[in-house]
Amino acid sequence: MTRQRHRVRTGPLMTPAVGMLLVWMIVPLLMTLWFSAQRYNLLDPGGTAFAGLENYRDLVTGRALWVAMGNTLLLVGAVLAITLAGGTLLAVLLDREFPGRNICRLLVIAPFFVMPTVSALVWKNMLMNPVFGLIAWITRSLGLGAPDFFATAPLAAIILIVAWEWTPFAVLILLPALQSLSKEQREAARMDGAGAAAMFLHVELPHLRRPMAVVAMIETIFFLSLFAEIYVTTAGGPGLASTNLAYLIFQDALFEWDVGLASAGGVVAIALANVVAIFLMRVVGRTLEAER
Amino acid sequence: MASIELRSVGKRFGSHEVVRRVDLLVEDREFVAFVGPSGSGKSTLLRMIAGLETVSEGEILIDGQSVARVPPAKRGLAMVFQSYAIYPHMTAAENMSFSLRLAGVPKAERDAKVREVARALEMEALLERKPRALSGGQLQRVALGRAMVRQPKAFLLDEPLSNLDAALQAQMRLELVRLHRELKTTMIYVTHDQTEAMTMADRIVVLNEGRVEQAGTPLELYNRPASLFVAGFIGAPKMNFLPAQGAEGRTLGVRPEHVRIGEGGELAGEIVALERLGARTYVHARLTDGTRLVAEAAGDTGVREGDRLAFRILPEGRHWFDGSGRRVT
Repeated sequence: MTRQRHRVRTGPLMTPAVGMLLVWMIVPLLMTLWFSAQRYNLLDPGGTAFAGLENYRDLVTGRALWVAMGNTLLLVGAVLAITLAGGTLLAVLLDREFPGRNICRLLVIAPFFVMPTVSALVWKNMLMNPVFGLIAWITRSLGLGAPDFFATAPLAAIILIVAWEWTPFAVLILLPALQSLSKEQREAARMDGAGAAAMFLHVELPHLRRPMAVVAMIETIFFLSLFAEIYVTTAGGPGLASTNLAYLIFQDALFEWDVGLASAGGVVAIALANVVAIFLMRVVGRTLEAER
Repeated sequence: MASIELRSVGKRFGSHEVVRRVDLLVEDREFVAFVGPSGSGKSTLLRMIAGLETVSEGEILIDGQSVARVPPAKRGLAMVFQSYAIYPHMTAAENMSFSLRLAGVPKAERDAKVREVARALEMEALLERKPRALSGGQLQRVALGRAMVRQPKAFLLDEPLSNLDAALQAQMRLELVRLHRELKTTMIYVTHDQTEAMTMADRIVVLNEGRVEQAGTPLELYNRPASLFVAGFIGAPKMNFLPAQGAEGRTLGVRPEHVRIGEGGELAGEIVALERLGARTYVHARLTDGTRLVAEAAGDTGVREGDRLAFRILPEGRHWFDGSGRRVT
C-alpha cells in the first residue's frame, strides 16, 4: 500500500541523463557514419559530395589500415601480457613481509600517476635517447654502442613505455585481491605440502583469475585508443611502423584534412573495438561466471 | 598413530605471552580437546603443534622426536580449519587429493585413496562438485576428507563445527567420534564449546590465559574441578558460586543439580526466572543476600516466578575454593 502510494514515475527523472548520453554518443556516431560516406576534404574548396563506400574502398585497398590494425592488436596484446605477468609477479612480491614494504609499494604504484605525455617524454629524451639517454650511456660505457630504439624498434619501445605506465595499475588491482586470500587457505596449502612455487600456481594464481580478468578488460579499453605515447615519441613512424588505428585516424583528419577518410577509419575502429569487446566479454565473462 | 608431547611450551607475540609453559602428553590414539575462552591460547597451541606458528620456548615432540626443525607438511599431521579453507577452484576430489598430488603420487593411486575416504565419509556423490555447489556440512566433509586422505599420524581440528547449525553439529559430533574409533589415530580438537569437549573427548585440557588450568577426563573435570575457572567453564548451566559463611575468602561452588528446592533448606530466595526444557526446569533465584542461584527442578515443577522459597545444597555437591580460586579438598 505504502509502496504504491509512494511510487513515482522515474522516467522523467532519468530523461536528462539518458538524453545527455544520447547526445554525446549517438549524435557523434551518426555524424561519423555520415561523414564517412562523404567526399569531404578541408583542403578542397569544392565542398562536400556523397561518396557512398568510396572512402571505405580507399581504406581497405590501401596498406595503412591493415598495418595500423596489426599494430593496434600487437600493442594491446603485448602490453596486456607484460602488465598482467609483471603486475602479478610484483603483487606476489609486495604481498610478502619485508622491511621497507610500504615505501616499495608506493614507488611501484607511482608511474601510474605520471601523465602519459610526461612519461613518454621522459622515456624519449632522458632514457631512450641515443645521444643523451641513460640507456645509451650505459651501453656505450659497456662498449656496446648506442641503440636508437625509436628508429630500430619503435613499436617495441612504445610497448615498453606503455607497459611501464600500466603495470602499476595491475598491481593496484591485484595486490589487494591477493591480500583478500584467506590466511587459512594458505595455511591449509602449507599443511598439504605446498612450497612457494606450488602455492603461487595452485592457490594464489587461481585466486587472482577474476581480478586479472578485470585488469585485462579495463586495460584493453584504454590500449585500443592509445595516442599520447605515439604522438610524443615516434609520431607513428618511421613510416607506419608505430601507427595504430587511433593515430592513423588522427593523421588522416589533421595532416591530410580528409574528414571523409578519417571518419571511415573511425567506423573501422569502432568495429574493431566491438569485435575485441565481444571476444573479451566471452573469455572474461566465462571466468567471472566460473568462479561464482 | 602418534603421541604428541609438549615440554614447557611457550609463545610470545612481542611482549605479549599467549601460551605460558604448557606441559602436556597426548597419548597415541587419544582424543584430546583443548577448551577455553577466546584468547586462552588454545588455537595458538594447536597451530604450534601443526608448525604454522613458531615455538618461542620449550619444545614439541611427535613420537619422541623434536619437530622444531620440521616444516608443517613433514610432521605427518593433518589439520581441519574453522573456515574449512577449501580451495574454491578445485572440485571436492581435487581438494582432497591436493597433498598427494604435491607429493607426486600417481593419479590412479590418488583416485583410489580419495574414493576410499569418500566412501568412509559417505560423500561419494559429491566428489566432482565444486565447493560453491556444496553446503556447509558438505564442505566440512571435504575438509575432513582432505585430512584423512593423507593418513596422518594425528588430526588437528580447529573449531571445525562452529560454522554448522545445531542439528548438524550434533550429528557431526557423533560422526567424529565414530571416525576417531575407526581410524585409530590421535586427535586434538580445539573448541570454546565445553559441550563439544565433554561429549567427544577422552581427555579435556582447559586453558585460561595461556596456562593449563586442568587436564583430565570429562567426568574428572565435571566432578572435581581444580579451580574456580574450570568449575565455571565446564557444565551448563554454570556452577553456582556462593560466598562461604564463616570461612573468609572462600567460595562454595554448587551445580544446579545439587540444589534442592523447598525442603527446609538453609538458603532463601525469590524466583526471578524459569527455564522450562521439558524434562527439567532450571529455576533462577535471587537469594536474600543478592547472589544468584540456579537450581534444577523437575520438568513439571509447580514453582512460579515471584515465589519465595528455601533452597538446600546437597552435601555431596559442595565444591570449596580458596581465595586464589584453587580447589580446597
